[in-house]
Formats: sequence, C-alpha cells, structure tokens
Amino acid sequence: MCLAIPGQIVKKINNNTGLVDLGSVTKEVSLVFLPDIEIGDWIIIHTGFALEKISEKDALETIELLHSAYSKGRIE
Amino acid sequence: MLLITNMKDDKITLGHGSGAALTRSLIHDVFVERFGLKQLDDAACIDNKLTFTTDAYVINPLFFPGGDIGKLSVTGTVNDLCMSGSEPMYVAASFIIEEGFSIEQLKVIADSMQKAAIEAGVKIIAGDTKVVERGKCDGIFITTTGIGILNDSPPLKAENIKVGDKIVVNGSLGDHTVAIINVRQNLGLNPPPESDCAPLNEIIKILLKTKKLVFARDATRGGVATILNEIYTDSGLGIIIDETSVPVKESTSALCGLLGLDPLYMANEGKFVAVVSDLDDNSLQKLQAHKYGNAASVIGIVTNEVQGVYLRTAIGSLRPLPMLASDPLPRIC
Amino acid sequence: MKLQDFIQPELVKNIINELRFYKDTATFMEVCGSHTMAIGHWGLRKLIPENIHLISGPGCPVCVTPSTVVDALIDLKDVTIATFGDLIRVPGSKQTLEQARAAGANIKTVYSPMEALDLAQREETVFVGIGFETTIPGIAYTIIEASRQRQYNFSVLPLLKLIPPALHALLSDSEVKINGLILPGHVSVIIGTKAYQFVSDKYGISGVVTGFEPLDIVLGIKLLIGRLHDPGIINEYSRIVSSDGNTVAQTAISEVFTTGNAIWRGLGNIPDSGLDIRPEYDQFDALKKYNITISEEAENTACGCSNVLKGKIKPLDCPLFARLCTPDNPIGPCMVSSEGSCAAYYKYER
Repeated sequence: MCLAIPGQIVKKINNNTGLVDLGSVTKEVSLVFLPDIEIGDWIIIHTGFALEKISEKDALETIELLHSAYSKGRIE
Repeated sequence: MLLITNMKDDKITLGHGSGAALTRSLIHDVFVERFGLKQLDDAACIDNKLTFTTDAYVINPLFFPGGDIGKLSVTGTVNDLCMSGSEPMYVAASFIIEEGFSIEQLKVIADSMQKAAIEAGVKIIAGDTKVVERGKCDGIFITTTGIGILNDSPPLKAENIKVGDKIVVNGSLGDHTVAIINVRQNLGLNPPPESDCAPLNEIIKILLKTKKLVFARDATRGGVATILNEIYTDSGLGIIIDETSVPVKESTSALCGLLGLDPLYMANEGKFVAVVSDLDDNSLQKLQAHKYGNAASVIGIVTNEVQGVYLRTAIGSLRPLPMLASDPLPRIC
Repeated sequence: MKLQDFIQPELVKNIINELRFYKDTATFMEVCGSHTMAIGHWGLRKLIPENIHLISGPGCPVCVTPSTVVDALIDLKDVTIATFGDLIRVPGSKQTLEQARAAGANIKTVYSPMEALDLAQREETVFVGIGFETTIPGIAYTIIEASRQRQYNFSVLPLLKLIPPALHALLSDSEVKINGLILPGHVSVIIGTKAYQFVSDKYGISGVVTGFEPLDIVLGIKLLIGRLHDPGIINEYSRIVSSDGNTVAQTAISEVFTTGNAIWRGLGNIPDSGLDIRPEYDQFDALKKYNITISEEAENTACGCSNVLKGKIKPLDCPLFARLCTPDNPIGPCMVSSEGSCAAYYKYER
C-alpha cells in the first residue's frame, strides 16, 4: 500500500529536513527516519517523509541479473 | 446514453461539476431535452456562419503560476470557439464578486483578461457585475460568452472520424492540474509548476491548413481521456493510445506519483485533442515550433480493433481507458 | 538509475514467457492495494498465463476502515478535520466528507500529517490517521513533534492497522486457498522481510516482497513459482527493503503506539492488528479528546466484499459489482476506495 516515489537528496536544510529532487522539481522532505542520509543519495518519499535510501548497487544488481537470465528469452 | 446518477439522493454533488460522466449525465438529464438541443459541442453553430459559447470560471486559487482566473476566463472561451474551426471575435464577461474582494486584485484580473484577449485577437465588448454577500462565492466567479465566425473549412464533426485517423495533442498533459494542486495542497514543489493556460486559435490553424483536420476539442476538466471517450461515444469507433507517445513533463510525473493521479485524466487549459486523417512531418514540425506546441505528438489511432478507448502500455499490454464518473482523487495509498 | 530500468518491455515479455513453462494452477494473492492498482495499470492480469491466478487481498486501508468513521467525523463540531484524499469520497450513512465540506464543514485534504500539525497552529485540528506501516511512522513522528511543541490543538484519530496480523487471520482461514503471497513493497521497507517469516514457517507458503514496476511484479511471480515447493520469504525489492526494515521508524512507532484490537471492515476483529495511542500521548488522541466510539458497520447482506477481501471471490463474481455497486455509488468497502479491489477491477479489468 502506499504510494512512494524515488528522488535524490540535493540539499540538507537542517538535520531533520532536506530538499529532494523529484525530476525537474524539488520538494522539502522530512529526513527524521534516515539520520545517516547524505546529499546525492536516492530515497523514496511517502506523505512528506523519506522512508528509506535506495541502494543503487542493489538496483543495478537486480537489473543485471534480470538481463543475464531473461534477455534472450527461452523458446519452447 | 448511460445515465450514471447518484442513487443516494437527488442533490447536486461536486462530482457533477467534474467534467466527466456525472457532468454529462446531468446535462442530458436536466438540460438537453428541455432546451431542445440536438447536439452538444464546445460551441454552438448558428446558420453555419457563427459560433457561440459560454463558460463559467470558479477556480480556486484565483491566482496560480502561469495564470489567473481572468486569463483562464478569456482563453477558455476562445478555445471552445476555435475548436469548432471558427475565428473567435468577441467576448462578453459577467462577474459575480464577493463582498470584501480587493479592488486591486480585480484590476489585476481585468488586466489579465485584456492581455489574454489581445493575444487571442478578440475584443471584450460587453459585461456585467454583481456583488454578493460575504461567503456567497469564492472571491469572484467569471462567466464569459464568446462569439466566433466560421471560416470556409467544412465543419469539424465526430461523425466524420474514420478508422486510421490519428490522435494528436499539442503538448504535455496535466500541467494545469499540477499547478493548481501544488498551490491548493501546499505541496511546495519548486519551481512551482505552471499552468499551460493558453489560447489555441492560432496553433489550431496549422492543422486546419492541412485540410486533414476532422475533429478537435480542448481537453479541460476530465482530461484527454474524457475527450477520447466522448469521441468514442459520438463516432462509434475505438481508440488506442500509445502510452510511450503521451508527452508528460517530469514535474507532472512526480506529482502524479506522489498522489496516485493519471495525467490522461487531468485538466489542461492549453491543450487540444485533434483527430486528423493524416499528419505530415512538416505540419508536425510546425506544431512543435509553435509557442504552444512544444512536445506536440501523435499519441494514438482510431481503430475498429477495440470497442472503447484503450491504452497500449509501455510493456505492450492493452488496458481500458474508461470515462470516469468524476474527478480522480489525490491519494497516498 | 531510473524507474524506466524496471519497465523494459522485452525483459517483461521474456519473463512472462518463462511463466508459461509452469503448467499447473497457482493462486497468488497480492496483499497490497497499490499492487492491485499497479497490476491493473500495466495490464498484467491479462498478460500472465491463465493458469496463474492473481487475487487481490485486504491491503487497502480505506477499504478496511468502517464507514461509521465518516459519521463520527462529520458529527465533530467546531474542529477542522484534516484527512488524506483517499477518504474524502467514502460514504457515511448520510454524506461523504466531500459533501459535508461542500455543506460548510471544515474539512481539508492534506498530503502529509505534518500539514495537519501546521493547521493546528491556527485552529483545533483532528488528523484522520488511516494507513498501514508505510504511513504509520510519519504519523507517529507528527505526534511526537506535536508533544514537543505542546500543540494541544492537534489530535489524531487512530485508525491504523498492521499487515502481519491480517495475514495471520487470512492464512488461518481454511476457506482461503492461496499458494503464495505478493507482499507489500513499501510496508516492508518499514517492517523488514523478517516480519513475514511466519508465512513460510507456520503456513508453509512462500511470500515475495516486490516493487511496483512491471519488471518487479512479473519477477516476483516467477520467483513464487520457483518456490512453490520450498517455502520461504524472498526479497525482490532489495533496492529498498532489508531484512530488519527501518529501525528508526519502528522506534518512533513503538514510542507513540501500542498494539490493540482492530475491526477490519469485511474481515471482522483481528487481535493485535491495530494501534492505540499510548497514555503518555493521551492529549493527542482524538478518541479520548472527543469521546468518540467507532461502531461496527452494518453491511448490505448482498455485498460480497468480505469474500473479495479474503480472496475467496473475484470482484466480477459479486452480484452487485458494476450493477448496483459502482465507484460513483459504492455499496461496499472494496469499491469505495480508488485503490480497492473492486474499484481497480471496475477501472482496469472489465
């Protein structure tokens, strides 16, 4: 449940609040659940709160795995 | 005509004003027969010479990035007129103003109206003002009525739409709704997204000149998907829209992602849906070169492969794009 | 890195083709309303092989909240009600919140609970706390912040619910026949994959935590097929979901709330599936502040929602679906929310 979209932290306004780039627009977001987050990190945001950091490493790994397993397709 | 009524009671609801199915059913239920109307278009056609239309503007907030209620009230009526292939000429404006409204703000609104009129090449020649007690309207309501002259082109009618015709829009969808919601909901998007509020009477001429324009309508409340469903109802022909061709700004995508909204159902104030029998590259480029045609695209096709309006998704599946009962809600879940 | 990376039509097609190698019947439940919507949005239900059935579960917080809440809210006098947009068209016995607003009630839609706290600077405000674990931390934090500010104009109507107890209730119902679960992606961000261990340990089926893009979902289904005979919890959404979840968010939740009973519309009472506000934050508990009781719903006897929510029937099988019960005139909870199973089917699957 629950719509959450990715964005990139571009500024920390203070320890609790940051500015996230959602793609051509920025928005303030609460960082209270991600005390170690840094500028440049990707996060997901829901109801004005950053809920988790997106691991680019894990994202790329998932994609690579998918490509190597499925990009050729299997013929029955 | 499928009549969708609110079965709980017989009162007007906000849904009736959304521009979608409830609005259509209200109009049919209450007005069409009583007024002896044969056809519903953006503008009425008189003796094949004149076009005539009226529209009320009750928007809140009154001022938003990209425009205000004044600009909207003129461009909206200009757009209704020019979609029928006519040249908008004159506008009358009636104002219902709330007691206590700032005269300074009224002047700003009037300035916007005149500026919009000059750009669109129309004259505001008649008007009326009424003041109502505090609380009886949202600051100001404006109704504009417009008159246009039909040019020599054959009338644009949904009946003339054929299988193989293409669906064209003049740019990114949902921008007006995003501008409004950002302000209303205090989302704090920066830079604040701007409404696409714009007169379409010059850009539509690019399509009129091709002699291949069959039908056009401006996609206001209810969005492009609502217009497409109206086209389906009036023509009896199916439509498939290609999701990857639909132009959407990044900022619009972001807001839609936050709130679970779909740009195809969101209001625009400077976009048309045009059905053309063909669109040559040169004309498409001319559209894209126009101030209000950046990102103009062919987004779909008229077909008898489907009954209704459908979307070919980015993964190649086909799913329905139905008429909604009323405005989609922002949601977080 | 873009969302586009998880759309990739060719890859999606290839994975779906792989699914065709599975010849038996399998029934998987997508627990979460946002998954139901994503599946509808991408037209996936029709793309995957017919022998693999996807049924929608109870993960729609508005759907499982009794509509008597709407009556209780409308009855509150001299307060501003702040709510997520999701609730605004849910019919109470007489009106929706939207209609009450049109009639003059002070009801505002907000995107974040923190906006409701801002409103409380100027007027007495009740924030309607509806949601699952994705939404709960933000509400918990807002209450903590209200306490820090001593903003006693602010209170929350706690209608929050927890997913794992609901899964227990579903899976222990002998009439529910599911071969695997597509677990909610964003709830899992908060609670972690370890919260679902009981699904495989106790009930012997697999669960996969998946994201919401088409690649995520079809990969999730493929992974479930692969684990039909070797139950376990799989994390497809590893780019944001971990085993432990977000412990800072979990701490905020337990700071403000304790678990209690909750009535799930259509499912009945599920023990320990709701959250009560702790006594230390009493002053921010709208139930206590305004002496509110939320009564259980008296459902239309023909309404099939409780069977839809448990996945026993599809929305299309309900006698009221698309006839008497439509998004504009919703009779039961599944049609009421734009994320509910019936609303999603009405829009995408007819």
